[in-house]
Amino acid sequence: MTPPRKKKMNLKQRYALMTRGLDWETSYQKMDDVFPYDTFEGIKITDWSKWEDPFRLTMDAYWKYQGEKERKLYAVLDSFAQNNGQLGISDARYVNAIKLFLTGVTPLEYQAHRHFSHLGRHIRGVGPRVAAQMQSLDELRHAQTQIHTISHYNKFFDGFSEFPHMHDRVWYLSVPKSFFDDACSAGPFEFFTAISFAFEYVLTNLLFVPFMSGAAYNGDLATVTFGFSAQSDEARHMTLGIEVIKFMLEQHPDNLPIVQKWVDKWFWRGHKVLGLVAMMMDYMLPKRVMSWKEAWEIYFTEAGGALFEDLSRYGLRVPKYADIATEEAEHISHQNWAIFYQYTQAAGFHTWIPGDDELDWLSEKYPNTFDKYYRPRFEMWREMEAKGERFYNNALPQLCQTCQIPMGYTEPGDPTKIGFRSSIYKDERYHFCSQGCKDIFDDEPEKFSQAWLPVHQIFQGNCGGADLSDVLKWYHMDQGIDNMDYTGSPDQKQWDAWQAARKKVAG
Amino acid sequence: MAVVALKPGYADAVEIRDRKENFHGNQVVYLHWEEHLSFCAATAFPLPPEMPFGALTEKLIPQFYGMHPDFKSLDWNSVEWKIDGEPATPDMSKSLAENGVGHKSLVCFRTPGLNGYKGSCS
Repeated sequence: MTPPRKKKMNLKQRYALMTRGLDWETSYQKMDDVFPYDTFEGIKITDWSKWEDPFRLTMDAYWKYQGEKERKLYAVLDSFAQNNGQLGISDARYVNAIKLFLTGVTPLEYQAHRHFSHLGRHIRGVGPRVAAQMQSLDELRHAQTQIHTISHYNKFFDGFSEFPHMHDRVWYLSVPKSFFDDACSAGPFEFFTAISFAFEYVLTNLLFVPFMSGAAYNGDLATVTFGFSAQSDEARHMTLGIEVIKFMLEQHPDNLPIVQKWVDKWFWRGHKVLGLVAMMMDYMLPKRVMSWKEAWEIYFTEAGGALFEDLSRYGLRVPKYADIATEEAEHISHQNWAIFYQYTQAAGFHTWIPGDDELDWLSEKYPNTFDKYYRPRFEMWREMEAKGERFYNNALPQLCQTCQIPMGYTEPGDPTKIGFRSSIYKDERYHFCSQGCKDIFDDEPEKFSQAWLPVHQIFQGNCGGADLSDVLKWYHMDQGIDNMDYTGSPDQKQWDAWQAARKKVAG
Repeated sequence: MAVVALKPGYADAVEIRDRKENFHGNQVVYLHWEEHLSFCAATAFPLPPEMPFGALTEKLIPQFYGMHPDFKSLDWNSVEWKIDGEPATPDMSKSLAENGVGHKSLVCFRTPGLNGYKGSCS
């Protein structure tokens, strides 16, 4: 006798059984002891079952779908390697953008994996817990696939090989690292607001679109393919971000001021971290996609504006200092590239002065500011370079206590003055690059007074020694190979030799 | 506002990382040449508090700012000083501490008439 055929469950039923159905109310231990993290921040949740997961993804479906995607990605990577894809990029200067990505961003994917895995255990509601578990796997996959994608460049170019070590130690990489450490050392709802909402929802397009379009414009097929492969995951992450915000705001009116404070904080922190992307877009891509200012207008001013209009029905307003961040979009890329140009001796990638056509492009994209404030700076440095007096800043910079970036940002409304801010906490003085960073410190001085500021750590003797060469050794940066200008670098020599060989073959 | 933390007593257990005691007898001093933003930010130095203020103008500033084209025209007598945002007239023979330069103080100097490459504040 054949058993009666079981009716196949629909997606909704499967989802219910494989998520909500896995949960239970504990009786031997108090729920508060089992889930110690999800109440102390003051966020009030009255009904966890109200959580909506619009994707209704179950683990078996996840496995199948991601497996297919990765098979495709690795096929492209293999073919990129076999066909010497590194020869097809626009110019070897482009590779420096990828160095910045691997040392600055990829380790954050891994950090995100770790913390979403923590949330996948510690959130009381099963809906968000399962969503966090899925995202934790996504982030681990992204870290891995990025490392595999970029590993091809490591065979031919310098500056890649020590990326995890560098991420933990190098002065400018403390900017993204401390950003994520701040989020991971916060409670679960602040982490969700910081990473899932402020970063993955509000600002993500300003990270991924520039890098992936930059890759496409500059012939880097491998990175473009990674970008496509990650895109569907990113869509899920964005949905989690918006869902978390709506859930918190719908659950209890007392949550609004807490959420607003976090949105303000993480918008500002994200804006400062993205300054690295700004500089990549305006200075590091041999073939440019659009200016940072244009990207900011499309992805923050327009898209973000619509988002916050939508969220205003919950009482949430546009992040504090969004107007100042928008004004800074005129300046941040130039100010950041200037930092790396003068500290090239301690950078893990190569720097250069933009060529005339590139300076003209910047003048055209920034008609209100570039010729007045920044072009003369590059022209002065170019003159000095021509005289054999290349401009190096041989002193260490003052860093912002909150974002840890050298305090090179100017006063709103006056690009000729550095915008110094400071606070006193327990008789100690602290310095900030902006009012936004000062406000963040003043709200939690206990946390930020513990910041590991690279410059102060060097002075305290914790970074391998007092001389630049000692510190570079401690960073695992090879002097004259990983750092300094592109002109004269081993990267350039290699690239030029390839081009010469091609010409010879072509006759 | 009191800190929001999971661990009771967190605020009292905080160890401030950059206390003066951690700098081996030095204090951190920041210098900034106004209207010369080709130096991207103020610069940081670990200096003994008993060091005379004059060592800044005789040694440190020439060493670290001397490559700027404006530097050769710099007249120390006309320089305007600010210590932690307040206008100051430092006594060059007295120590940093006696001049009110403490740990993590910011010393700014402005050079009237010299405002960067072609007047661009660079």
